[in-house]
Order: sequence, then structure tokens, then C-alpha cells
Amino acid sequence: MEPLSHAFKERSVWALQDETLQVALNRAKDGFAVKRAKAVGALPEFESLRDRAVDIKNHTLENLDHYLERYADAVERSGGKVHWASSAEDARRIVVEICQASGARMITKGKSMVGEEVGVNGALEEAGFEVVETDLGEYIIQLAHEPPSHIIVPAVHKTRGQIADLFHQNHQKYGLTRKLAEVPEMVNEARQVLRDKYLAADVGITGANFLIAESGTSVIVTNEGNGDLTCSLPKVHIVTAGIEKVVPTAEDASTLLRLLGRSATGQDMTTYTTFTTGPKRSGDTDGPEEYHVVLIDNGRTTMLGDQFREMLRCIRCGACMNHCPVYGAIGGHAYGWVYPGPMGSVLTPLAVGLKEAGNLPNACTLNGHCAEVCPVRIPLPDLLRTLRHREYQLRLGLKPMRWGLAAWVWFTTHPRIYRMGTRVQARMLALLAGRKGRFRRMPLAGSWFRGGRDLPAPQGETFMAVWQRRQRGKG
Amino acid sequence: MNPGADSVGAGAGSGADARPRVALFVTCLANIYRPNVGLAAVALLERAGCTVEVPLTQTCCGQPSYNNGDLDGAAKTARQTIEAFEDFDYVVAPSGSCGGMLRDFPRLFASEPGWQQRARAMAEKTYELISFLTDIRGMTSVDAAYPHRVTYHDSCHGLRALGIKEQPRRLLGTVRGLELAELADSEICCGFGGTFCVKYPEISGRMVSDKAAAINATEAEVLLGGDLGCLLNIAGRLGREGGRVRVYHVAEVLAGMADVPGLGDPRQPKGGS
Repeated sequence: MEPLSHAFKERSVWALQDETLQVALNRAKDGFAVKRAKAVGALPEFESLRDRAVDIKNHTLENLDHYLERYADAVERSGGKVHWASSAEDARRIVVEICQASGARMITKGKSMVGEEVGVNGALEEAGFEVVETDLGEYIIQLAHEPPSHIIVPAVHKTRGQIADLFHQNHQKYGLTRKLAEVPEMVNEARQVLRDKYLAADVGITGANFLIAESGTSVIVTNEGNGDLTCSLPKVHIVTAGIEKVVPTAEDASTLLRLLGRSATGQDMTTYTTFTTGPKRSGDTDGPEEYHVVLIDNGRTTMLGDQFREMLRCIRCGACMNHCPVYGAIGGHAYGWVYPGPMGSVLTPLAVGLKEAGNLPNACTLNGHCAEVCPVRIPLPDLLRTLRHREYQLRLGLKPMRWGLAAWVWFTTHPRIYRMGTRVQARMLALLAGRKGRFRRMPLAGSWFRGGRDLPAPQGETFMAVWQRRQRGKG
Repeated sequence: MNPGADSVGAGAGSGADARPRVALFVTCLANIYRPNVGLAAVALLERAGCTVEVPLTQTCCGQPSYNNGDLDGAAKTARQTIEAFEDFDYVVAPSGSCGGMLRDFPRLFASEPGWQQRARAMAEKTYELISFLTDIRGMTSVDAAYPHRVTYHDSCHGLRALGIKEQPRRLLGTVRGLELAELADSEICCGFGGTFCVKYPEISGRMVSDKAAAINATEAEVLLGGDLGCLLNIAGRLGREGGRVRVYHVAEVLAGMADVPGLGDPRQPKGGS
């Protein structure tokens, strides 16, 4: 997907002015946070589970080559095939080639963020395949020709009315002509349409929440059961996964699963947790004839070797964005690429460059709510600050900000001048504000007022001046 | 070196010496905008049995540089602060944000072991004002009256970096006449975020107007908080909306010094009526 992150400022303003979007965001706002808090509160060992999860992820990342080889060997032993994709381009090519070799026409897809990251759908459509997303949210945004705006609820930005319109326009060709109003009716209609697609599909593509090294097993969690049908009905199953998804054992995967549902949707477990290992064996009643895993690097080994390694612990639960007040105000599309919110503000600049996405790490108040809820304790605000440092070193930020900071540092290292300067500033601002005690506008400070707020005026004297006078009086 | 509150006035003859020497890091915003917060901090610290000093060479905690990627600049400011404060028993700031920054100083000197050692030593004795009063000095009550319905905003850095949540509430509970109405979403950021509020004013504006709406819903007369950055932002929004809620730093109320106009309120005419 072509990144639009350079236009973050404009896009965030549009988002704030988009009334329909604001309705959808407000509806979603507290739901996830409240559900998560309830689920976490009901599990006394949640904090120790987080510690264990961090240990599991750190250990795996330290020995990633070993566990990836173990995983790949296990997949091959179970009759599957492993493909290594170092870039997004490689990943697209590999997936297209597998589909072409199998003579496929129709492809069903389970939800996969790495699929969005490398642009699988576009490549397949370009190669002439019909691709159908089977996760309801993904299906909706596919009809709308939009990218996801959230990593676990991709259509969270859509209102019920918008979805009804989309179905009405797109389902006519299946003879479904009635315009629907209620959610259950819409879900049923989507099911009806998708059922035929499942049966007709030649290839099913899913992502993976975890890859278990000891057995070569891929794990996905869903709430709709669409993942099961996508990976078991077609004769070819392709798993697309980032290399950081591997964990050593099934025990490790189950530890992480206990955190994932609770952190994401506040569920103890998702409705379906699906384990797939290799193709159909002789004697199995169902399952695919071919089983492929595409292991995608696309910048991950670079992260492994630098200050952003901790980001590879991410299990894509979405808790950071569910608790981010900036995400809550503007939604996911403003961020302009695949991953939004705090985790996206770290990943996007690393993937598409700071020149393109420099706004993302800056558009954060460093309030720390994301790190507080992250199940694998990723220090997201610190990583965002590290990106700001990188931006500063590369001289990518705005020049006036740079000059301003340099002047401020000089000022703070000259205390006498600092005391005098602040004294003049406090006195002048208090005089200018007069009896009103605040400013409604001020030259050169327009940005403060663009936030729809006044600026309180100082009391008049600096504390240091008051204190020095008081000390003299005492002496 | 951890004198409890019971050491107050102990050690006859060397009584003054038994009092811990506390250096007040007043913060840029209190210095420029709200000297009353500094005076309230001094009063509270003295009541908690401390000898308060104000190093004249203090300036800024360095957050503007630190949070905008200029780590070298932040280190320069930090050295200035360390030199000014390292010789005291404690360093106390009426701000969780600036106090938290001082605690973060060791990170700025990863490649300078000497300075890192000094930064660490200072960080270990640095506290936010209210948590210092309760957790270190064992203060359990204040002698103040404030017969108003108030609500409280938990500033993010104090809350999440320093664990400040019930300490101010505990002391506010002992203020005569004060009624605390809890704020819905009191742990959600107000949208200040240092330079964030001027880099992304539209987003910041949305966040602070949500905060103002929650404050208004409590029907409180007064909003209190522990960080002037957040309070200036919120007071600015409340003022723009033309509401009646007044805004004070929590220290002003605890010290019984909230008898001046609130943040952004009209100044009292000289000489009175």
C-alpha cells in the first residue's frame, strides 16, 4: 500500500471534521477499554503472565534463527513447504506463484495484517485472481476499497448505515436486493454470500497469530469461524506470517493466547482458536492438499539488530490503540499506512521511512497509557522518543523547532539570563493581559489558540523574584 | 538518610540540622505563570518539617529537548540541574512531569559514566511534591479549609511514571469543607503533551474539549491537578467555553493558599471594592 503518512496533519484534521467517522469512533471508544479492564481484573495472575510473555518473546528473539529453522524443519516434516520472503515484493511474488501453480481462480482470505503490510490482495488481483476477504470487517472494507483502520477491528470506522449501503450496492448481483437495517440481518446476508465463496475457493490464505516451532503448527484466533473454513476447505492453504510470530512450544503459545484475547477484546479466549499443521494426511477426512508457509522478514531482521528490537514482541492485540487518546480522536486512516495508533507510529516510520512518516512519532502526548496496557510490555513512548531522536539527528524536523530548541538550551544553561528573561516575560504577559487574566489570541502563538482555548496569563512576578525578595527581607 | 516525619523537631540543640534540607525545583511553568504554586510548595514542605532552599541556578528540567529528540541539548540542561541540586538531601518539584524527567536523567548519560553516576544519585532523591509529603514525610493531614466541590485530574506522568493517584486524594480528604467529585476518565490525557499541543493543535483541542466536558459533568466548582502544563491547557479550554469552573494546583488548596484568582481568572482589582 502506497503510504500517505506524509499527509498526517491534513488527514487528522479531516478525520476530526468527519461527522460520520466521529460517530463511529465515539461508539467504539470506551467499549474495548472497559472490556479489557474487566477481563484483566478477573485474572489475578495477569501481571505475572505478562512477565512470562515478555520472557518467552525475548528468549525467542535472542534465538530467532534457531527457532525459525526448527519451525521450518517441522513444517517440512509434516508435509508442508516453507518459503522465505525477505521483502514485501518477494512475499507478493511467492504467493502469486503458488496460486498460479495450483491453477487457482478464486481465493478466500482470513484476516492478515502482514498480508496488508506486503500488499497480497493487490498483487493477486493484478494477476487476475478473484480475492474475497472472509473476516466480516475485512469483507466490509474490501467492498469499500479501503484499508483497515484498526488491526483487530478493521471496519471500526464504519457506521451501521454505511455498511447497509455497501451491502445494498454490492449484493444486488447475488439477487439480494433488500436494503437491510439490523446488524443480525447484515451478518446473515454476508454469511450467505461468503458461504458460496468458501465452497468455490481454490486457495485459502490466512495469517498467523503464532507459529509453534516444536511442531510446525500455525495458530489463528477468530470470532467468526471464517479462519477454519478458509484453511480447511480449499485444496491449497497458504499461511503468511512475519518471522517474529514464532514461539518455541505449544505451552508458550497458550501463555500468549491467554493475554491476547483479554488485551484485544476483553475475551478470555476468542470464539475459535485454530491450529493447523501441514496438509491433509492419508486417512484425514478434510484439509488442504498443499500447505505453504511464507515467512516474511520485510525489515524485521533490521529491527532485531537495533534499538527497536522490543517492538518485535508485539502480538498485534490492538490494546495500545484502544487506549490511545490520539487514535480515539482521529481513527486509524489518518496515520496513512497499514498499522495505526502507537504500535503503528513505531512500525510505520521503520517500514516506509521517517521522511514519509515523521509526523507519527511526534503525534503523541507521551501519556504512557499504551505502555501501561501492552501485554508484552513494549515501552512504546520510549520507542517513539527514540524515533524523534533519529529524526532530529537526520535533521528532518521543522527548522524553526530546531532553532527554538537550541535557543532554549542556551537559555537554560545561563541561569542569570534565564532569571531575567523569565522575569520580563512574566511581567509583560501579565501587563498585556490586564485584568482579564487571560489571552484570547496572541501574535506568533497561533497554534495554541487553534486548539480552541485561551491562554491563562501569569500572575505577574516570577517565583524566583518573589523568593529572592523574601530572602532579602529575612536577611 | 531517610528521616521520617517523626524526626521533626528532634535532636535538641541541633534541631535545625535534623531537618532534611530540601531543594525546591520550582519548574519553568510555576516560576513564570504561578509563583503561588512555588510558595504553596514551600509552605507545605516547611510544615512537613523540612528546611527548604531554592537554588538560584535552577532553570528547566530539559523535557522540551528530550521529547523533541535533542538528547544532547537535554543533557546540557540536565548537567546544569544536577550541579544546582545534587548537594541536597532531597529534590522536590510541584510537578509529576518535571519530577519524572529528573528521575530520567541517568538515561541521558549512557556514554558518560561520571555524569550518569551523579544523575542517578540525584534521581534517587527526587520526588514530586505531594507524594514526597505523604510517602516520605508521612504527612496524613493538612490544616486547611476549602468549602467547595472540587474534581481532580490525574496528570499522566505523575500517574504512570511515579504512581501518584491516591496521595493527593488522601490529603484533600482532610481539607475542611472540601467535597471531592471524581472525574470520569480522570486518567485520560488532557491533550497538553508539551510541544504536542502546538504541533497538533486540532487533535490537542479535541482532547481538551473532551476533558472539559467530563469536568463540567461533575458539577464541580473547581478543578485541581498536580501539573501546571495540563492545568494551563484545561483552564484555557474552560475559559474559552465561558464556564464557571476555576482551576488551581492541588498544592495551593492543601496549603490554604487558593485565595488568589484561579488560572486564567480575571485579576482582582487593586485596592478591592
